Amino acid sequence: MAALDSDSEEDLVSYGTGLEPLEEGERPKKPIPLQDQTVRDEKGRYKRFHGAFSGGFSAGYFNTVGSKEGWTPSTFISSRQNRADKSVLGPEDFMDEEDLSEFGIAPKAIVTTDDFASKTKDRIREKARQLAAATAPIPGATLLDDLITPAKLSVGFELLRKMGWKEGQGVGPRVKRRPRRQKPDPGVKIYGCALPPGSSEGSEEEDDDYLPDNVTFAPKDVTPVDFTPKDNVHGLAYKGLDPHQALFGTSGEHLNLFSGGSEGTSNLLGDIGLNKGRKLGISGQAFGVGALEEEDDDIYATETLSKYDTVLKDEEPGDGLYGWTAPKQYKSQKESEKDLRYIGKILDGFSLASKSLSSKKIYPPPELPKDYRPVHYFRPVVTATSENSHLLQVLSESAGKAAQDPGTHSRHQLNACKRAELLGETPVQSSATSVLEFLSQKDRERIKELKQATDLKAAQLKARSLAQNASSSRLQPSSPDLGHCSWRMALGAGTATTRASNFKPFAKDPEKQKRYEEFLVHVKKGQKDALEHCLDPSMTEWERGREREEFARAAQLYVSSHSTLSSRFTHAKEEDDSDQVEVPRDQENDVNDKQSAVKMKMFGKLTRDTFEWHPDKLLCKRFNVPDPYPDSTLVGLPRVKRDKYSVFNFLTLPETSSSPTTQASSDKVPQHRGPDKSRKPSRWDTSKQEKKEDSISEFLSLARSKVGPPKQESSPIVNKEEEHVLEPLSNKMVNKDVDSPTEGEGSRPSMDLFKAIFASSSDEKSSSSEDEQGDSEDDQEGTEEATFRSSQEIDLGETSSLAHASEPVHPEPTPFPIQKMEIDEREEFGPRLPPVFCPNARQKLEIPQKGKHKKNKEKHKNKKEHRRKKEKKKKHKKHKHKSKQKNKKSEKSSSSESTDSSDSQSDEEGTTDLSPQELLRRLKCLPLRRQ
Amino acid sequence: MAFPEPKPRGPELPRKLLKTLDCGQGAVRAVRFNVDGNYCLTCGSDKTLKLWNPLRGTLLRTYSGHGYEVLDAAGSFDNSNLCSGGGDKAVVLWDVASGLVVRKFRGHAGKVNTVQFNEEATLILSGSIDSSIGCWGCHSWRPEPVQTLNEARDGISSVKVSDHEVLAGSVDGRVRRYDLRKGQLFSDYVGSPITCTCFSRDGQCTLVPSLDSTLRLLDKDTGELPGEYTGHQNKQYKLDCCLSERDTHVVSCSEDGKVFFWNLVEVSLPALLLAIELCPSPVRPQPLPYLRRVTLGLELGARRRARMRQEGLADKGVARSGSGRQALEGVGSRIQSDRTSAKQGCWPGPGRGEPAAVSGPSATSSGTRSCLQLWFQLQACPGCVPACGKVRWGLTTLA
Repeated sequence: MAALDSDSEEDLVSYGTGLEPLEEGERPKKPIPLQDQTVRDEKGRYKRFHGAFSGGFSAGYFNTVGSKEGWTPSTFISSRQNRADKSVLGPEDFMDEEDLSEFGIAPKAIVTTDDFASKTKDRIREKARQLAAATAPIPGATLLDDLITPAKLSVGFELLRKMGWKEGQGVGPRVKRRPRRQKPDPGVKIYGCALPPGSSEGSEEEDDDYLPDNVTFAPKDVTPVDFTPKDNVHGLAYKGLDPHQALFGTSGEHLNLFSGGSEGTSNLLGDIGLNKGRKLGISGQAFGVGALEEEDDDIYATETLSKYDTVLKDEEPGDGLYGWTAPKQYKSQKESEKDLRYIGKILDGFSLASKSLSSKKIYPPPELPKDYRPVHYFRPVVTATSENSHLLQVLSESAGKAAQDPGTHSRHQLNACKRAELLGETPVQSSATSVLEFLSQKDRERIKELKQATDLKAAQLKARSLAQNASSSRLQPSSPDLGHCSWRMALGAGTATTRASNFKPFAKDPEKQKRYEEFLVHVKKGQKDALEHCLDPSMTEWERGREREEFARAAQLYVSSHSTLSSRFTHAKEEDDSDQVEVPRDQENDVNDKQSAVKMKMFGKLTRDTFEWHPDKLLCKRFNVPDPYPDSTLVGLPRVKRDKYSVFNFLTLPETSSSPTTQASSDKVPQHRGPDKSRKPSRWDTSKQEKKEDSISEFLSLARSKVGPPKQESSPIVNKEEEHVLEPLSNKMVNKDVDSPTEGEGSRPSMDLFKAIFASSSDEKSSSSEDEQGDSEDDQEGTEEATFRSSQEIDLGETSSLAHASEPVHPEPTPFPIQKMEIDEREEFGPRLPPVFCPNARQKLEIPQKGKHKKNKEKHKNKKEHRRKKEKKKKHKKHKHKSKQKNKKSEKSSSSESTDSSDSQSDEEGTTDLSPQELLRRLKCLPLRRQ
Repeated sequence: MAFPEPKPRGPELPRKLLKTLDCGQGAVRAVRFNVDGNYCLTCGSDKTLKLWNPLRGTLLRTYSGHGYEVLDAAGSFDNSNLCSGGGDKAVVLWDVASGLVVRKFRGHAGKVNTVQFNEEATLILSGSIDSSIGCWGCHSWRPEPVQTLNEARDGISSVKVSDHEVLAGSVDGRVRRYDLRKGQLFSDYVGSPITCTCFSRDGQCTLVPSLDSTLRLLDKDTGELPGEYTGHQNKQYKLDCCLSERDTHVVSCSEDGKVFFWNLVEVSLPALLLAIELCPSPVRPQPLPYLRRVTLGLELGARRRARMRQEGLADKGVARSGSGRQALEGVGSRIQSDRTSAKQGCWPGPGRGEPAAVSGPSATSSGTRSCLQLWFQLQACPGCVPACGKVRWGLTTLA
């Protein structure tokens, strides 16, 4: 402040910072070039321009949001220990000091806020308030706000006032005003002072008609351009009905709902508010109006529509002085006139187009078919046969598809049987709806008899079985292998009475179903060794064990819907742990004991069960309780995994059939070692696996029952036919259709037809067939590696391009027909089965055999849980599989790669004379082609 | 004062019907006091939850947002939040003052029979007929529960929470007590479906009513049976029961429209002390085969947590007047003032001196005089007498 220091200039006021006085002989400093100029904060730190909240410079710690300590503020206090003295943090606690400075986002300095700045209201604000008052449900509700205003005036106002300024006036020298032309007389007579015209009128009239020459006026107050944001949903410039005008306005007046362009100018000149301000004090009519009435006229005023605009148009401009950019008056003109006017108004450098723009042709969207539904329903992927058609229906209903009446079947609602009908094929032999039809008449009668007989005995049987159940269930934990059979039997007997005979869990395997029903009959009769009677003697011990369990489970599970419902609502006196995947390690012990204890009122030890229970860590924290098991990751009761038997084990869902091969191969070994020990918890016993195991065993037994011992020495051709016999059981239509070409190559319909019909299942098939490829090779390499290899090479030689696609389905003469059967099954169901006679198969599996299947095998070895889970997802797996195969085959030619995608087609049909290119081409145009 | 204070008399049972609230929300599925017993919540079958000042009988707020009837509700310790569960399978956390839904937890597969806050109102525990108890974190946005207790084999009819325990009664006839400190689950077999559970005030026992018209007092540690209370009728419905404020009485509803009182300890006395009839015409509802519907509810003046809360207040150093007027905090001031005025205006009975001294919850700790509020509700289920939809309550001193 050099200026202040000098005494001579004491009376002067200086603004700003003076320059440093130049020293003698010093050259004036060069200004710092722009690129070297830096901005520093008050602590000397560089500030980087940043575009952040506070002034656009860097905020936080080195442009991060955190502090030096990282994200944790240094004042962190554990909420757990010091809960009481936890202070409530405001937003200021998280701000930097810059933010609190004068120009920050939260300045600490005390400033007058806008609300308190001045008594004279801001024009814009006032206008906004007026508008708000007009649009508010109660007009004039903001009057209260006007009444309560702080008395403080800003310094600027005080100064101006002292200088003679009055509110409402502009600033500047006083001006002389020329008289304006006379405004046309309003239709309504105004006595005294009229109500101010509404703000919408936008007239610039001066009320002083008579102006003496020597009178000067203060200049008009200038209101800045109204930049009020548009916050309503009206159209542009629409401002709605002004209640002042509508309610209190004179009746003859025309109500304009749009603020025209004139309003803009009036805003600029600040006329409205001025007028209003001047006249607000004296309103109302001078004569003929009572003290309490507003206006006489209005009481009887009628609303007429003529007061409102009926068309959207601008007012006719009087002077024709349009803006310089665009003409205004064209709305009511005709086209030609418009053009003419245009010519007059065309800007320099522009010329009128000679021909009008060709309008874009708009193509209508394609018409939707009448029955089109914009939702895609995934069809249940159950093989549609008549046997499980009811199942299919249930599934489809559960999938959201309402049962359609048969008349309106579209193409997608056809099931396999109907398609077969349409194609004119002979119906499949097994289309009988009941297994009973497979039985002889005699057998049927016998079954019926037995059923009736057993119904009578039901009650007494139930009681017996309950007792049995009680005794045996106590036995169970100690000797599960011994106990569980009788336990199952008892349970089976208990529930068999309510079983519905029409439910067939093994419907796709008539033999098994038959055995199962036999088993039921035996059970109903109360025979202990029912299973041993009905099981197939040709089965292996392991299969028998599996089947025994399956039957017992099924007997428990498959009660009719009625009995299911009724059993659902009983008192939970018996612990029903039958279909648990994971059962608690500690079972609540016997209920019967407890009941008797309760009866004897011997509460205490007898009725109490104590379990180890692991609360969730978060739960402990929320309860403010130390975790009793700080090291355990367990939550809830400790559980052990047991068999899961669910309904879905018995459905031929392609999910299971296309399931990954890893489970099968890894399961195989434990199954093999201890077929009867599956009740014992083992590390392979996950739910998903169990599911798979069941289906595998089912398929295995299915295969056994079909093939039987006598057929074991059959020739490859017979094998091939067996394969075709088998396939229909699960995949009837598909395989039937696909099989026929192998027998008569010439007569088969084109591939596209099959693809079109079974397009939905092609994916699973392809993936599963790819699995099969790998598996079958693994298998065979374990046992007859050399033979098969050679045969493969032959194959490769023969169909060089289609080599991989057609490999496994080329049935080579094998010395092990059973294994062949497994291959066949795999073709349908995906997972591979254990080679019964090859106990060391697993080891051999681990030998890396071929580049292409390396991945598969690695997966076999891998028993990690997450793997399985991943592979459970069918789609995932599918893609993964494919991609892997592709990767492995990357060294192969592009032609073989192209066949990869068409594996699904070429798999079943053996050698085809279609070139891969052809296949690919067909595949591409598949959805369009339909014959 | 010229005369000395009269000697405190033994507890008296409520004999006088003080007020009937016509809730106007269809059948009332449950009535719950707030922490200090000055407000109550009624759960209506018209999907609403209503907050009342029972002393005055004024409706303070209606909370609507449930998609089906509300089956249970509870208030947090600081009166700032409410939780409720209903037939729409949702557990809802409400803000008391604003009446808005703070969180809606959807995870149960069936109706939510019962909801409870934990002591610090950081969790909501909800029991559902899907036989699971969900522990929902009040402050987290996670849609899934913190933990699901699914050990029960049938619907959960009642959940009660202490500072480190969760007590759950299930229709499978077992009372399960999850001890978080010990990390153990104690399962007591009662045999008959359990309709309600209740901790005793001293934390030593649990009261377990079941559908064989019996209330059992079970020792918490050993599971033994110190007492058994019969005489009422409870065969089909979920009725509420509780212990009185100082564990002197066992109170339970009965299906014939009465409320039964038993002396807890003195078995030599006639077990049934009082049966007050609250509904003029006994309800003859159509039997419901399974305990899926709350029919009768009862809650004794919820002083139970008042002590806990006072301790909390003392810790925080909130001063309380000697007369026992409770320091007000938590709820919105409007409600508070409402309560205070109500307390002074409507408190019945002569010779009570300062009203706040009678009703203030701090009386529990000072042991001078307090009141027992008895809530009783009756409602009908579909197909029976039209739901009276009223909440009746009686009040007396237990000084």
